[in-house]
Amino acid sequence: MPRWLKPVIFLACLAPVASLVWKGLHAGLGANPIEKITHSTGDCTLTFLLITLSVSPLRKLTRQYWLISLRRMFGLFAFFYGTLHLTTYVWLDKFFDVHEMLVDIAKRRFITAGMTAFVLMIPLALTSTKWSIRKLGGKRWQALHRLIYFSGAAGVIHYIWLVKADLKKPLEYASVLGVLILYRVIAGIASRGPQAPKASTSEGLRKVAQD
Amino acid sequence: MLIKKATDIPSSEITPKNLYLNRRKFLAGAATAGVAAATGLALREMVSPSITALAGNKIDGIQKSPFSTTETITPYNDVTNYNNYYEFSTDKDGPAKLAKKFRTRPWKVKIDGQVQKKQELDVDTIIKMATAEERIYRHRCVEGWSIVVPWVGFSLNELIKRANPTSKAKFVEFTTIYDPGQMPGQTGSVLNWPYVEGLRMDEAMHPLALLCFGMYGEDLPNQDGAPIRIVVPWKYGFKSAKAIVRVRFTEKQPLNTWNISAPQEYGFYSNVNPNVDHPRWSQAKERRLGEFYKRPTLMFNGYGDQVANLYTGMDLRKNF
Repeated sequence: MPRWLKPVIFLACLAPVASLVWKGLHAGLGANPIEKITHSTGDCTLTFLLITLSVSPLRKLTRQYWLISLRRMFGLFAFFYGTLHLTTYVWLDKFFDVHEMLVDIAKRRFITAGMTAFVLMIPLALTSTKWSIRKLGGKRWQALHRLIYFSGAAGVIHYIWLVKADLKKPLEYASVLGVLILYRVIAGIASRGPQAPKASTSEGLRKVAQD
Repeated sequence: MLIKKATDIPSSEITPKNLYLNRRKFLAGAATAGVAAATGLALREMVSPSITALAGNKIDGIQKSPFSTTETITPYNDVTNYNNYYEFSTDKDGPAKLAKKFRTRPWKVKIDGQVQKKQELDVDTIIKMATAEERIYRHRCVEGWSIVVPWVGFSLNELIKRANPTSKAKFVEFTTIYDPGQMPGQTGSVLNWPYVEGLRMDEAMHPLALLCFGMYGEDLPNQDGAPIRIVVPWKYGFKSAKAIVRVRFTEKQPLNTWNISAPQEYGFYSNVNPNVDHPRWSQAKERRLGEFYKRPTLMFNGYGDQVANLYTGMDLRKNF
């Protein structure tokens, strides 16, 4: 991977929030700016979750093994946009009214799902360092990070439960998530199957090194 | 009922443009303060060009109405670029773009059902039936936002009286045009088309219920329901059917579109009620477009003094 690529991708990942700020300063957020910010940060969260989940299949399919070095950044951007999304709710929708939020979480299933999706991302963000991987051990770390599937599913359900009638967009996210999970199920079965060719030693080592 | 003083300034000039633009800047600036670090990226091409208002024809001889509120009117640009009009698009800014070429003339409205004589009226005949009034109403969407709009029209009962309903007429049903060629949203099945809404006869006869063909002193813009719609200010916005082609008087309660779509969420009455939540969100508060803080939602959207008596003895929790 060329050296400049990662910083460029990093900046590109900031484009959605930069665009919000720019539009905010230039009256470009429409009649209901708060709603626009809420929807846009929510979309970004789901998008980055799905991008994160696409990295390892893409890496295997294209044999571009360096792609893995971008995965943590994408995951952290999902957390970043999720935090912004939650902030719009806590601040601009509920104005820090804790009681009202607790009622919401208990009573409104789309809030329950959204909150679940966010809470599940917290341990992933906290253990995203190399130090954590060493401390936890690769296997346990990997098991913990499977939470991303549940977070993604909760996020998609959150979206499905909140729309009034037009399910098109939430179902687009759901189908991408479905494909990504299905890929793993199939890949898992194939690698365990008796006919599946064993990974060569060098390939296996590289895999360990890069995962 | 409060008789409010009339103002001589055309309503379209009440909120100056630069004032509400400043308000936007403040709002959005505050909302994004935490991430100001990213502002360094000047992404001019990402800013969508702001849509200019469609300047319609001025309506002459509009009378002021004692039913009008003195609350600050929502800017024209907001009311014309933030629409729930699923016949065109489920995006709020979609109808303004997609309804530009919508044909509103010639336009006939069929009057049938329990009437002495079925008829088909030209929309321009209907508009001339009574004196046009400006009615500045609060408008509360079931989604939790609200606007204040200076509608132009006259009481729906003016049309109903001329339609001569029979004694069997207990309800009125309103049907929006079905024309997928012009309304791209109707090619999908997000809702049952055509859109149908209904009122009980006494609700429809109430002087607040408006037959509307204009706003801000001009013809109704296409994305706001041209050429003719109803406005029922004490009910959630979806009750106020747009682009009406049929008014049918019925013995039985009509099935309204949103009720068909999700009966546990949208009832027939759909009166604005802060105490009865939508199953998925609270109705206690609302965001008035242009305001930072949410405001409490009022029973019957603040029109309780006028309309509460229509519902005496009714359980509004059951008849939501």
